[in-house]
Amino acid sequence: MADANPLTLWRRFLAMPNESRPKTLLVALLVAFACASAVSVTSVLLKPIREANLDRERQARLVQMVADVPGLAEILRGTVANRLETVLVDLDAGTIASGIDPATFDARAAAADPDASIALSREEDIAGIGRRPNLAPVHLVRDNSTLVLIILPVYGSGYQSTIRAYLALEGDRNTVAALNIYEQGETPGLGSRITDPAWQALWSGHLIADEDGTIRITVARGAATDPFEVDAIAGATRSTTGVTNMLRFWLGARGFGPFLARLGSGDI
Amino acid sequence: MKASTLRHLTAPIIDNNPITLQILGICSALAVTTSLATALTMSAALTAVLAASSVIISLIRHHLPSSIRLVVQITIIASLVIVTDQLLQAYAFAMSQRLSIFVGLIVTNCLVLGRAEGFAMRNPVLPSLLDAIGNGLGYSLILTVVGTIRELLGTGNLLGYPVLRSVEAGGWFQPLGLMLLAPSAFFIIGLGIWAIRTARPDQVEADEFPIRTADAGGRP
Repeated sequence: MADANPLTLWRRFLAMPNESRPKTLLVALLVAFACASAVSVTSVLLKPIREANLDRERQARLVQMVADVPGLAEILRGTVANRLETVLVDLDAGTIASGIDPATFDARAAAADPDASIALSREEDIAGIGRRPNLAPVHLVRDNSTLVLIILPVYGSGYQSTIRAYLALEGDRNTVAALNIYEQGETPGLGSRITDPAWQALWSGHLIADEDGTIRITVARGAATDPFEVDAIAGATRSTTGVTNMLRFWLGARGFGPFLARLGSGDI
Repeated sequence: MKASTLRHLTAPIIDNNPITLQILGICSALAVTTSLATALTMSAALTAVLAASSVIISLIRHHLPSSIRLVVQITIIASLVIVTDQLLQAYAFAMSQRLSIFVGLIVTNCLVLGRAEGFAMRNPVLPSLLDAIGNGLGYSLILTVVGTIRELLGTGNLLGYPVLRSVEAGGWFQPLGLMLLAPSAFFIIGLGIWAIRTARPDQVEADEFPIRTADAGGRP
């Protein structure tokens, strides 16, 4: 009976009656093991390709957004991708961080890494993101030496998902040039209408802060009445409020505020 | 190969079509047929999953305890679907974005589990493979026809290339917006079933609940 030859054991396993408990358990175990291996091996092997696809998609959206900003195509006179300058910004200091290559910086990993991010207090965290990375990439477009476009990556909580977007500001740092939401998981047909190109186009030309520097940009209930207000989407209150809060956070003191201020005073 | 074996491959294409006769897999047939390209990709994905799952299940059919056979079948099918979905995301990214969740939903497609439980569990590997490919082709045929009609009448294009010049592009064709909505797939599949059953009356099912008419009034 003490035959440990694997082949013999295998034959004995196959010869067991199908309805016996050990065979049922073993079959379930073997099938689960084989299926789990197949799924995990494919997933791990294909992960680099899938991530490269997502990156390319994001890059294409960025380039498309810049190309769609009215009047910018004439300024650029050439391929957009070559004119995008990417810098890493130290958010608290508002300066450009040197020593790290923006191309290899992983913003999502930084946001989850306790050493590369800070926890936000409840009052500060209007965007509902929990932790904020210390560094964030910013894309700049210059015409000769004049800054014409500042593209900030922003994210925050909507109704049921994290909304990620690019916010493009004009050279005066107080006018929205474009908003492009590239990732969200809001309710299909309601909240997901924040990705509607027609609604996103409404943001262009709106002002962010008044003369005192108070951030006023918001989604209006009902029709928008002043240059700081954007029409809301009926049935998507929580999602559009999420977009407002996200923009207010990232334009504020804990977000890109210090950087934008320095950019204006000519320190950078 | 014997004619009876080959019959497993050809029978499901029209005579025993999974969509028009068995009425299985309707949900995905509605969702992915707005354009021909998505319909073709979905057909290929479903046929691949169906063929692979039938072969695997047929191989191990003598050793499947009947108490857990459905669980084992669905586990195998689900794993194959995940692998297919990942392959699409890696090598056909734009297409996988357009198909969104429907590749993942092949798991819940009654067609796949139906062939596994109804055929592969009781037949050797080769007939199971042929039956799976036949059913896949039957499903693909309907999807292709519906996808062609919907894309052509809904947008005037086929596979993205303009065939009927639409009014917007300066032509004469006014696209039918209805064709891009789900109900139109019901209409097309329904008309298809009607046409097939008119041509082959043996496919018509007996009334499950016959309407009692006046002259049969007294009888139960």
